Amino acid sequence: MALKLLLGVWMAAVVVAAFLYAPAAEGFRQSRIIFFHVPNAMVAVVAFIVAMIYAVQYLRGKRLVDDAKSAISAELGLLFAVLATVTGLVFARVEWGSWWNWDARESSILMLLLVYAAYFALRAAVDGAERRAALSAVYAIAAIAPMVLFTFVVSAQMSELHPKGTLIGRHALRQEYRVVLYSAMAGFLGLYLWLFRTRTALAEVRMKLRRY
Amino acid sequence: MLARSAAVFRKDVTCEFRTRYAVNAILLFAVTTLVAVSFAVGGVGVSQSVQASLLWIIIYFSGMSGLARAFVREEEARTATALRLAAAPGAVFGGKLLFNLALVGALEVIVVPLFVGMMDVRVEGWPLFLVILAVGSAGLAVSSTMVAAIVSRANVKGALFAVLSLPLLLPVLIGGIRGTQAALSSAVFGAGMEWVKLLVAYTGIMFVLSLLLFRFIWED
Repeated sequence: MALKLLLGVWMAAVVVAAFLYAPAAEGFRQSRIIFFHVPNAMVAVVAFIVAMIYAVQYLRGKRLVDDAKSAISAELGLLFAVLATVTGLVFARVEWGSWWNWDARESSILMLLLVYAAYFALRAAVDGAERRAALSAVYAIAAIAPMVLFTFVVSAQMSELHPKGTLIGRHALRQEYRVVLYSAMAGFLGLYLWLFRTRTALAEVRMKLRRY
Repeated sequence: MLARSAAVFRKDVTCEFRTRYAVNAILLFAVTTLVAVSFAVGGVGVSQSVQASLLWIIIYFSGMSGLARAFVREEEARTATALRLAAAPGAVFGGKLLFNLALVGALEVIVVPLFVGMMDVRVEGWPLFLVILAVGSAGLAVSSTMVAAIVSRANVKGALFAVLSLPLLLPVLIGGIRGTQAALSSAVFGAGMEWVKLLVAYTGIMFVLSLLLFRFIWED
């Protein structure tokens, strides 16, 4: 409850700061999209990695709670990846004139959406909780290979439209931008954690009810 | 381990030649698609990037029509339990992988010369072309063998195989298409070296992952 309130205030402050505290955009390298687009993409990757970790946990201990956590994290990852795509679409329309440009990063996130959409197709296709858990855990672990390849190799190496070196490096960002960006990252990460905990609590209650 | 994989492989080949289901499905699908494609664009003369994409699309979808067979047959004939008792998971995976490699190999031996002939393809760098095909089909076989094992344990088998394979095979398809483009347009082997590296790395990762994870798919 306290976490929820704190998170609400924090995210509101981030939104206000993004538009009032951070100075207006100066060309492409510093525009306000990074406060929403970048944290979303980052949290999506974190969520997919968490999904893989819980998948490994499931295969080691065969506890269905771990399977539920893995699925919840993959679901949230998909949600944040969709948000990153949508914010990117809007920005691309304004900045480059078209919604979709087949830039390496754009293709990568499309592949990422496909990879994890297939994960839910698999979950829907298997009856029996244990078998579903085992099969989807295997897939969630295997899916990390294309995920890492697309996010960290293809997009980082071959992107033509996305800027490089905007975020990392000493003089990459103005002070105000850096403060708001890091706060936004913390905010979105907190949002993910809160959603994850809420959904996990729900899944646990459901499991207990099913037992009676 | 290798000897046992070979035994599973021999068993699969024997079973396959009783019905020839997978071989027929894959080869007929490939030839039909190839004929349809060359009817549509063969006389027009399409660019090399389109040729490379068409070749890999034909290989991919032909593979999707038959590569799941190795595992689905065991479930349908209810022989999976016997196989589980007879061989270790690693040997089963190895045998099925060899079988799928042989299928993809047979597919390419027939489809690639036909494709080159019917589509009037000019290949500048043959060594690169053949290396890309070899590594690409290894990647195709490795990833699809694991997905076939997953799919054979699911309730809906048909559509799920293509849906699950595509994401895991996308890196292979991208590497194959780009590498083939490089081989069609340049005689220098180094022109497609980065794609060869991508394919080798990805195939290696998927092979190790499959070997580690297969136990959890195969055993209940």
